[in-house]
Amino acid sequence: MTFWAFIADFFVNVGAWLNDLLLGWGLTPFWATLILRVLGGLILATIPLLATLFFIWYARKIVARIQDRIGPNNSGVFNGPYGLLQSFADAIKILTKELIIPEGADVVIFVLAPVLMVAMSLAVWAVLPFGPSGMQGVDLNIGIFYILAISSASLFTMLMGGWSSRNKYADVGAFRAASLLISYEIPQMLSLLAPVMLAGTLSMQGLIQAQSVPFFIALPIPALIFFLAITAEIGRLPFELAEADAEIVAGYQTEYSGMMFGAFYLGEFINNFTVALIFVMLFWSGWRGPGVEAVPILGIFWLMLKTMIVVTVLFAFWAAMPRMRIDHILNFNWKFLTPLALVTVVVIAIADRLIRDAGITSAWGQAGLLFLTNVLIALGTYGLLYLAGKRQQRRLAARRFATLNLTSPEGENAG
Amino acid sequence: MTAIPITVQTVLFAIFAALTVGAAICVVTSRNLFHTALWLVLALFGLAALYMLLEAPFIAGLQLFIYIGGIAVLIVMVIMVSRQVMHPTEKSVNEPLTALVTALLVLAGVVWMIVQIPWPKEPLHPAQDNLLALGQALVDPGKFVAPFEITSLLLLVVLLGAIYIAKER
Amino acid sequence: MVPLSWYLILAAVLFAIGLYGVLARRHVVAVLMSLELMLNAVNLNLVALARYLEAGAVVGQTFTLFVFALAAAETGVGLALIIAIWRNREVVLTDKMKLLKG
Repeated sequence: MTFWAFIADFFVNVGAWLNDLLLGWGLTPFWATLILRVLGGLILATIPLLATLFFIWYARKIVARIQDRIGPNNSGVFNGPYGLLQSFADAIKILTKELIIPEGADVVIFVLAPVLMVAMSLAVWAVLPFGPSGMQGVDLNIGIFYILAISSASLFTMLMGGWSSRNKYADVGAFRAASLLISYEIPQMLSLLAPVMLAGTLSMQGLIQAQSVPFFIALPIPALIFFLAITAEIGRLPFELAEADAEIVAGYQTEYSGMMFGAFYLGEFINNFTVALIFVMLFWSGWRGPGVEAVPILGIFWLMLKTMIVVTVLFAFWAAMPRMRIDHILNFNWKFLTPLALVTVVVIAIADRLIRDAGITSAWGQAGLLFLTNVLIALGTYGLLYLAGKRQQRRLAARRFATLNLTSPEGENAG
Repeated sequence: MTAIPITVQTVLFAIFAALTVGAAICVVTSRNLFHTALWLVLALFGLAALYMLLEAPFIAGLQLFIYIGGIAVLIVMVIMVSRQVMHPTEKSVNEPLTALVTALLVLAGVVWMIVQIPWPKEPLHPAQDNLLALGQALVDPGKFVAPFEITSLLLLVVLLGAIYIAKER
Repeated sequence: MVPLSWYLILAAVLFAIGLYGVLARRHVVAVLMSLELMLNAVNLNLVALARYLEAGAVVGQTFTLFVFALAAAETGVGLALIIAIWRNREVVLTDKMKLLKG
């Protein structure tokens, strides 16, 4: 195989070469595949950990620029050009801090909680496809469902952290974070039904293969709902309730210090990255892009480019938006997002069936008609909100009028 | 007793079965209520792994999603709200001996019944990807659409009932 | 492959452990948790039998889906009742909840 052909499908070829190497050393195929899979798992688990260092720097730069300052830069001893080494300095600092375990805390659960959070965040990476074929941990036929299940199981780590700290603020913070997360799972799941319906499969690779037209063009409303839901799930502003710094100290992370806090912080940034990846894979056609059929390794490039854009939007949210109150957040979820998601799923199912029955087979045709359906849903929602607003204005005006007390018989006669 | 073959399946089954049974025993004997909840979560994880071994990935995902992400979280939240975890010196069981005897009798009876029947050692049919078949079975009028709709109605009733019962007066 | 009887015996063991928990534990929430164990044992039974005996395992796994939904429903109502009782009478121990009138 020529050098360029080898590079073009780099990971698959390296895997095949390693497999031949191990078989040549006399191992049975069972042990060869086992070792290769363990190696692959280690690589998949290490990539987000290393990428987090870059993302912390990137986040601070974006937030700083939006706030009209520079952020990490090359002043200071260890900062490197553009402040790129700042993350390393922070990592070293956090590693050397003392691990304080509060007296009366449940030690085992206290230490386990951040470990499990990072483990759950990394567990999602097993099913994410980075390229057309073979660049994936395992292509489960329930791919996206596995991701949802892991993220809903990982909310336990928050409860564990909050409860074992034996701290009122941590308790309240954990409770609110958990209720926030389970509430926003519903619009997240409902809005996922739309691309799954269009693609006809739950597997991540299948969802990407079905996107000859990116799904956010055909399904802008589910994409928006999913984006809002995942912003809430990862605890980013405007839904940053889990560690609302000014309100409940640091929520369920109050009593954590040193590397345990570092693990929570790490887990959060890994969640940011992972969730942006999932959004790109579901709604922005994942690794697809010009030239990927010929050179499969380009898939990673396109995926990372799109993910960086989504991550930039997420970090821009962080910098620019205020925090919403818990009852506002829950109202927004139960009274707006969930009904909207339900209506959207039903309408898109009907529209999809009608489009298929009408015999429109071109991808752009289907996407365009679905886009029009979404626009109709948006107009309908806007109309309903407008009417509700009018009714509220009328009610407020009536109340104001009723308390004016212009002509009161008692008042005139008593005076 | 015939020799037990040591294959990957057998080893994995043994590990996950031991994990699940151990966690279950800790659930019924732990003195701290929060620890009990966490042991329950571990037992449910072990069961999810067993479902994966049984070539039922969808059921395993549902186990994680519904039981661990829903029911166990609900239980833990109720524990945190009621703040009653029981002091370690209080006894956590009453009449343990009677309960143990009953449970052992039931276990003995069921196991005796199980070993009477010559169950197959290998699955009779190969594993298939049944996700599509599951979905179709749930909406097929000849199959399970009636229980499906009734269960949806039941869940609605439960939702309303739970909100009403637990409301603050 | 693992013989089917092993799965069935495992499910029976889990059922018995759950039964012990339901009968013996004092705290009401612990009783609920043991009840969940019993329901899970039933699920394991269903999935194992479906895998080994049925082609395609559809009926067994559909049954399991319904057990999931019903378990969630029953836990929801049970916990709501516990919260209501806790709010009214401040008791969570089964041996103290003996009388209908307080």
